Amino acid sequence: MTSVPLDKVSPFRKMRLSHAAVFWIGFCAIMALLIIAPLVLPEFWRRFLTEILIWGLLAMSSDLLIGYTGMISFGHSAFFGLGMYGAAGALIAFGPPNLWLAIFFGLSGAAGAALFVAFFSIRLRDIYFAITTLIFSQIFYVIIFTWTAVTGGENGLIFSRPHLWIPLLYDARFTSTTMHWFVLAIVTASYLILRRVTQSPFGMVLQSIRENESRTRAIGYAVERYKMVAVMLSGLFAGLAGVLYAVQNQFAAPDFVYFLTSGDTVIFNVMGGIGTLVGPIVGAGFFQLMRDLLSRILGDQFPYLIPLGVIFIAMIIFLPQGILGFARRWLNK
Amino acid sequence: MDAVGHFFHAIPLDLLIIQTVNGIVAGMILALVASGLTLIFGIMDVVNFAHGELFMLGAYIGVVIVAATGSFWLALIGAALIVALIGAALQIVTLRPLIGRDPLNTILATFGVSLVLQNFALWWFGPTARRIPEPLGSSFTLFYLQYPWYRILIAGLSAAIIGGFWLFLKYGKFGVWIRATAQDRVMAQAMGIPVPLVYTGVFAIGAAMAAASGVLFAPLVGVSHTMGLDWVLKAFIVVVVGGMGNLGGSIAAAIFISLLESYAAIWVDPSQAVIVSFVVLILTLLFRPTGLFVPTPK
Repeated sequence: MTSVPLDKVSPFRKMRLSHAAVFWIGFCAIMALLIIAPLVLPEFWRRFLTEILIWGLLAMSSDLLIGYTGMISFGHSAFFGLGMYGAAGALIAFGPPNLWLAIFFGLSGAAGAALFVAFFSIRLRDIYFAITTLIFSQIFYVIIFTWTAVTGGENGLIFSRPHLWIPLLYDARFTSTTMHWFVLAIVTASYLILRRVTQSPFGMVLQSIRENESRTRAIGYAVERYKMVAVMLSGLFAGLAGVLYAVQNQFAAPDFVYFLTSGDTVIFNVMGGIGTLVGPIVGAGFFQLMRDLLSRILGDQFPYLIPLGVIFIAMIIFLPQGILGFARRWLNK
Repeated sequence: MDAVGHFFHAIPLDLLIIQTVNGIVAGMILALVASGLTLIFGIMDVVNFAHGELFMLGAYIGVVIVAATGSFWLALIGAALIVALIGAALQIVTLRPLIGRDPLNTILATFGVSLVLQNFALWWFGPTARRIPEPLGSSFTLFYLQYPWYRILIAGLSAAIIGGFWLFLKYGKFGVWIRATAQDRVMAQAMGIPVPLVYTGVFAIGAAMAAASGVLFAPLVGVSHTMGLDWVLKAFIVVVVGGMGNLGGSIAAAIFISLLESYAAIWVDPSQAVIVSFVVLILTLLFRPTGLFVPTPK
């Protein structure tokens, strides 16, 4: 791995640095920027950046399915929403609200949803998988929307934010800065884990399912089992994003379980570049920035999704690889 | 056993019959929406996410034409024609460049189209729901209800449109082209059938059917920019349960699911009755993934 790639297109050839060194230097530089960011940014942009990271985590989780396994999930809102409501339940039921219990309950909720969805949908391929996951997420939406006694129905749930509590080390109220660092830490850890997963033998099998499912089966891999684990893993990280969103905004609402959230997730992926893991985060950032920019230019009344939808369609036709698509091979090395 | 017997005796027969009529009426509209969707899928391999928005757009254009001319029937025809043109334009701009790419791209593209159309309707027509007055005011007595004739008319008209479409597929020249393209795209092209034109035409016909059902359905509920979402989901369920790309299966599945939902609405809230169709979908996927109403594949 330390040898210099002879690839002509690599811009780093002259620098005599190994791929890994360049990758980790870039990684550290971006991390440093993201760590310093909340100290210099005003409150609005600080929260904005934190939300981008959370949406990025959601999009990155679905990239494991879309980009690496070749299954477009239109049902990630279910995992996100269950994570959100799981965290909400834990924060309301247990006093004083505990951050780690919220994460535990949120992840359990998302895992339950993922198990349910995976069990029924893994045998399906392509569009069938997309439609089925979409309809399954609607099941969760209907349940959450109509089960008013537990979920608060249309109004959702409101709760107080837990302390940032690290056993024996730290215990204080969240400020928007520590919130940002906390989210950043979790998103970074998730990225590193997902990157490791996609480069592991398991990840290689997923990619071979994407390339040719029947051949993978013929070689002797239990394709269904791999897909099941992929959906579960993806659902867990989506649930984690839901927990973070709940802790950040102190509410859980059924709107987030509606399939438009799943649609946003897919848009982030396509805009940023599928199969890159960081692409979806970039896509989420691009989407949110464009959204903010458009509503500043065109006014709050104008629905920003008209121009953004047009951009999205144009990107599918002219730039199907997404913003980071050109670096896909390099990032996955 | 006594409890079960009591349960069944507790269902009033009149309510059951009313719900059967309701279910068939809803099922015929759903069949009209789903047959456009299944046609587009069967011929073009495109899952049209924007189908519900074409339905919604048809209803809105109907509102505009009714307001301008006062004629419901003119609105029905006008909306179908205008949305057919819009559909053809959408197909040429967004889907034609994607021919030959992974079919998943078309889902994403039509999803983008649906977002644009839905927000366009929100921006242009505003968030308040509009109404189209029922073109047929009279009603008949069904047990204790005054049942509007218009609902019966909707079911009849939907059936007539689907029937006319079926005849067109069977005997019309373009219909034969469509069926040939569905069977074998390459061979159809080799025989001189203009396949790109067939694609555009199929999309336009599907859009027109969605628009017609939108106008027909508009007097029953208000016209709002989100009305397409529920329908496209239901139509997806119908298309999967009926067997993807199978016209007859979709129609049977539409009526079957609508009947089940309206029976379920006897006991639970209508918003929860939707779960019945989800359950049908899950059972179909588990035991008969090729579709309920298609012959068993050999």
